[in-house]
Amino acid sequence: MVRVEFLGPIQKAPLELEITNLSELATVLQKDNEMSQWLKNCAVAVNDTLVSSLNVDLKDGDRVSLLPPVCGG
Amino acid sequence: MLYLYNGALEVSTILKEWYEQEAESNYGAYIPFVGTVRDEDEIEGLSFDIYEPILESWFSAWQERAKERGAVIKMAHSRGDVMLHESSYIAAVFSPKRRVALEFIDEFVEDFKASAPIWKYDLKGGKRIYALERSTAIKGSGILGEKS
Repeated sequence: MVRVEFLGPIQKAPLELEITNLSELATVLQKDNEMSQWLKNCAVAVNDTLVSSLNVDLKDGDRVSLLPPVCGG
Repeated sequence: MLYLYNGALEVSTILKEWYEQEAESNYGAYIPFVGTVRDEDEIEGLSFDIYEPILESWFSAWQERAKERGAVIKMAHSRGDVMLHESSYIAAVFSPKRRVALEFIDEFVEDFKASAPIWKYDLKGGKRIYALERSTAIKGSGILGEKS
Protein backbone atom coordinates (compact mmCIF):
# COMPACT_ATOMS: atom_id res chain seq x y z
CA MET A 1 0.00 0.00 0.00
CA VAL A 2 1.10 3.55 -0.74
CA ARG A 3 -0.12 6.31 1.55
CA VAL A 4 -1.09 9.61 -0.09
CA GLU A 5 -1.23 12.70 2.13
CA PHE A 6 -2.76 16.07 1.29
CA LEU A 7 -0.96 18.94 3.01
CA GLY A 8 -1.90 22.44 4.12
CA PRO A 9 -5.24 23.75 2.90
CA ILE A 10 -6.34 20.63 0.97
CA GLN A 11 -9.19 19.34 3.09
CA LYS A 12 -8.89 15.68 2.25
CA ALA A 13 -8.20 12.60 4.37
CA PRO A 14 -5.14 10.48 3.46
CA LEU A 15 -5.62 7.65 0.96
CA GLU A 16 -4.13 4.15 1.02
CA LEU A 17 -3.75 2.94 -2.56
CA GLU A 18 -2.45 -0.15 -4.36
CA ILE A 19 -0.35 1.68 -6.96
CA THR A 20 3.14 1.08 -8.34
CA ASN A 21 4.05 4.47 -9.81
CA LEU A 22 3.08 8.15 -9.84
CA SER A 23 1.33 7.89 -13.22
CA GLU A 24 -1.20 5.55 -11.62
CA LEU A 25 -1.72 8.08 -8.82
CA ALA A 26 -2.30 10.81 -11.42
CA THR A 27 -4.96 8.64 -13.07
CA VAL A 28 -6.71 8.02 -9.74
CA LEU A 29 -6.65 11.68 -8.65
CA GLN A 30 -7.74 13.01 -12.06
CA LYS A 31 -11.03 11.11 -11.56
CA ASP A 32 -11.54 12.75 -8.15
CA ASN A 33 -13.64 15.92 -8.45
CA GLU A 34 -12.47 17.39 -5.13
CA MET A 35 -8.89 17.30 -6.41
CA SER A 36 -9.46 19.01 -9.77
CA GLN A 37 -8.56 22.49 -8.49
CA TRP A 38 -5.33 21.23 -6.87
CA LEU A 39 -3.62 18.93 -9.38
CA LYS A 40 -2.36 21.71 -11.64
CA ASN A 41 -0.69 23.64 -8.80
CA CYS A 42 0.50 20.99 -6.33
CA ALA A 43 4.09 19.85 -5.93
CA VAL A 44 4.67 16.15 -5.18
CA ALA A 45 7.05 14.57 -2.69
CA VAL A 46 7.84 10.87 -2.33
CA ASN A 47 9.06 9.99 1.17
CA ASP A 48 9.61 13.74 1.79
CA THR A 49 11.74 14.33 -1.32
CA LEU A 50 10.26 16.54 -4.04
CA VAL A 51 10.00 14.94 -7.48
CA SER A 52 9.62 16.64 -10.86
CA SER A 53 8.16 13.93 -13.10
CA LEU A 54 5.58 11.14 -13.03
CA ASN A 55 8.29 8.66 -13.96
CA VAL A 56 8.75 7.48 -10.36
CA ASP A 57 8.14 3.92 -9.17
CA LEU A 58 6.43 3.38 -5.84
CA LYS A 59 6.70 0.41 -3.50
CA ASP A 60 4.79 -0.88 -0.52
CA GLY A 61 5.16 1.53 2.41
CA ASP A 62 6.03 4.60 0.34
CA ARG A 63 4.43 7.90 1.24
CA VAL A 64 3.41 10.50 -1.33
CA SER A 65 2.63 14.08 -0.24
CA LEU A 66 0.84 16.76 -2.23
CA LEU A 67 2.00 20.31 -1.48
CA PRO A 68 -0.25 23.16 -2.66
CA PRO A 69 1.10 26.71 -3.33
CA VAL A 70 3.08 28.08 -0.40
CA CYS A 71 3.39 31.45 1.33
CA GLY A 72 5.56 31.58 4.41
CA GLY A 73 6.47 34.68 6.36
CA MET B 1 19.55 26.75 12.93
CA LEU B 2 15.80 26.48 12.38
CA TYR B 3 13.44 27.40 15.20
CA LEU B 4 9.66 26.82 15.08
CA TYR B 5 7.31 28.31 17.67
CA ASN B 6 3.60 28.03 18.39
CA GLY B 7 2.08 31.51 17.91
CA ALA B 8 3.84 34.87 17.57
CA LEU B 9 7.61 35.22 17.77
CA GLU B 10 9.26 37.04 20.68
CA VAL B 11 11.32 39.24 18.39
CA SER B 12 13.59 40.95 20.88
CA THR B 13 14.33 37.68 22.71
CA ILE B 14 15.17 35.79 19.50
CA LEU B 15 17.37 38.55 18.07
CA LYS B 16 19.19 38.82 21.38
CA GLU B 17 19.69 35.03 21.63
CA TRP B 18 21.07 34.85 18.10
CA TYR B 19 23.34 37.82 18.76
CA GLU B 20 24.68 36.16 21.89
CA GLN B 21 25.16 32.78 20.13
CA GLU B 22 27.53 34.40 17.63
CA ALA B 23 28.99 37.22 19.70
CA GLU B 24 32.39 35.52 19.90
CA SER B 25 32.34 33.95 16.41
CA ASN B 26 34.24 36.78 14.71
CA TYR B 27 31.47 37.71 12.28
CA GLY B 28 31.57 41.34 11.20
CA ALA B 29 27.94 41.47 10.03
CA TYR B 30 24.60 40.36 11.53
CA ILE B 31 21.72 41.12 9.19
CA PRO B 32 18.23 40.14 10.38
CA PHE B 33 14.96 40.32 8.49
CA VAL B 34 11.85 40.53 10.69
CA GLY B 35 8.43 39.94 9.13
CA THR B 36 5.49 41.59 10.88
CA VAL B 37 1.75 41.04 10.29
CA ARG B 38 0.31 44.26 8.86
CA ASP B 39 -3.16 45.69 9.41
CA GLU B 40 -4.64 45.40 5.89
CA ASP B 41 -7.70 43.97 4.11
CA GLU B 42 -9.60 43.88 7.43
CA ILE B 43 -7.71 40.81 8.64
CA GLU B 44 -7.45 40.09 12.37
CA GLY B 45 -4.21 38.18 11.87
CA LEU B 46 -2.59 35.37 9.92
CA SER B 47 -2.29 31.66 10.58
CA PHE B 48 0.28 29.14 9.36
CA ASP B 49 0.58 25.41 8.69
CA ILE B 50 4.10 24.00 8.29
CA TYR B 51 5.21 20.67 6.84
CA GLU B 52 8.29 20.22 8.95
CA PRO B 53 10.17 17.29 7.27
CA ILE B 54 10.55 19.14 3.95
CA LEU B 55 11.10 22.52 5.64
CA GLU B 56 14.02 20.96 7.52
CA SER B 57 15.65 19.52 4.39
CA TRP B 58 15.10 22.79 2.48
CA PHE B 59 16.70 24.72 5.34
CA SER B 60 19.64 22.29 5.61
CA ALA B 61 20.47 22.92 1.94
CA TRP B 62 20.58 26.67 2.68
CA GLN B 63 22.77 26.07 5.72
CA GLU B 64 25.25 24.31 3.43
CA ARG B 65 25.18 27.22 0.96
CA ALA B 66 25.81 29.65 3.81
CA LYS B 67 28.72 27.55 5.05
CA GLU B 68 30.31 27.59 1.58
CA ARG B 69 30.34 31.38 1.81
CA GLY B 70 31.70 31.47 5.36
CA ALA B 71 28.30 32.54 6.71
CA VAL B 72 25.63 31.23 9.08
CA ILE B 73 21.86 31.38 8.49
CA LYS B 74 19.22 31.25 11.22
CA MET B 75 15.47 31.24 10.84
CA ALA B 76 12.44 31.33 13.13
CA HIS B 77 8.81 30.84 12.08
CA SER B 78 5.42 30.60 13.75
CA ARG B 79 2.95 27.74 13.66
CA GLY B 80 -0.72 28.64 14.12
CA ASP B 81 -2.15 32.11 14.71
CA VAL B 82 -0.21 35.40 14.72
CA MET B 83 -2.17 38.61 15.28
CA LEU B 84 -1.73 42.14 13.88
CA HIS B 85 1.63 43.80 14.52
CA GLU B 86 3.12 40.56 15.80
CA SER B 87 5.96 38.76 14.03
CA SER B 88 5.68 35.36 12.31
CA TYR B 89 9.08 35.19 10.62
CA ILE B 90 12.68 36.10 11.35
CA ALA B 91 15.69 35.21 9.22
CA ALA B 92 19.24 36.36 9.86
CA VAL B 93 22.63 35.92 8.30
CA PHE B 94 25.98 36.27 10.04
CA SER B 95 29.06 36.66 7.84
CA PRO B 96 32.62 37.91 8.14
CA LYS B 97 31.87 40.93 5.92
CA ARG B 98 28.64 42.76 5.13
CA ARG B 99 28.36 42.09 1.36
CA VAL B 100 27.88 38.32 1.68
CA ALA B 101 25.22 38.75 4.38
CA LEU B 102 23.31 41.43 2.45
CA GLU B 103 23.20 39.34 -0.72
CA PHE B 104 22.53 36.07 1.09
CA ILE B 105 19.55 37.34 3.10
CA ASP B 106 17.94 38.56 -0.13
CA GLU B 107 18.44 35.21 -1.93
CA PHE B 108 17.33 33.25 1.11
CA VAL B 109 14.12 35.18 1.76
CA GLU B 110 13.13 35.06 -1.93
CA ASP B 111 13.57 31.28 -2.07
CA PHE B 112 11.81 30.95 1.30
CA LYS B 113 8.76 32.64 -0.20
CA ALA B 114 8.82 30.41 -3.30
CA SER B 115 9.77 27.05 -1.81
CA ALA B 116 9.36 26.66 1.96
CA PRO B 117 6.42 24.31 2.69
CA ILE B 118 4.39 26.76 4.76
CA TRP B 119 0.75 27.69 4.12
CA LYS B 120 -0.74 31.05 5.07
CA TYR B 121 -4.33 31.77 6.03
CA ASP B 122 -6.05 35.11 6.68
CA LEU B 123 -7.97 35.30 9.95
CA LYS B 124 -11.09 37.22 9.03
CA GLY B 125 -14.56 37.29 10.63
CA GLY B 126 -13.67 34.26 12.77
CA LYS B 127 -12.69 32.22 9.69
CA ARG B 128 -9.32 30.85 8.53
CA ILE B 129 -9.09 31.52 4.79
CA TYR B 130 -6.24 30.07 2.67
CA ALA B 131 -4.32 32.94 1.00
CA LEU B 132 -4.20 31.24 -2.41
CA GLU B 133 -3.80 34.44 -4.45
CA ARG B 134 -0.65 35.40 -2.48
CA SER B 135 0.84 31.91 -2.64
CA THR B 136 3.38 30.48 -5.08
CA ALA B 137 3.32 27.00 -6.62
CA ILE B 138 6.56 25.17 -5.73
CA LYS B 139 8.89 24.62 -8.69
CA GLY B 140 7.88 21.43 -10.52
CA SER B 141 4.21 21.65 -9.46
CA GLY B 142 1.42 20.33 -11.65
CA ILE B 143 2.80 16.91 -12.67
CA LEU B 144 -0.26 15.07 -11.33
CA GLY B 145 -2.46 17.06 -13.69
CA GLU B 146 -0.57 15.76 -16.72
CA LYS B 147 -2.27 13.17 -18.89
CA SER B 148 -0.32 9.92 -18.64
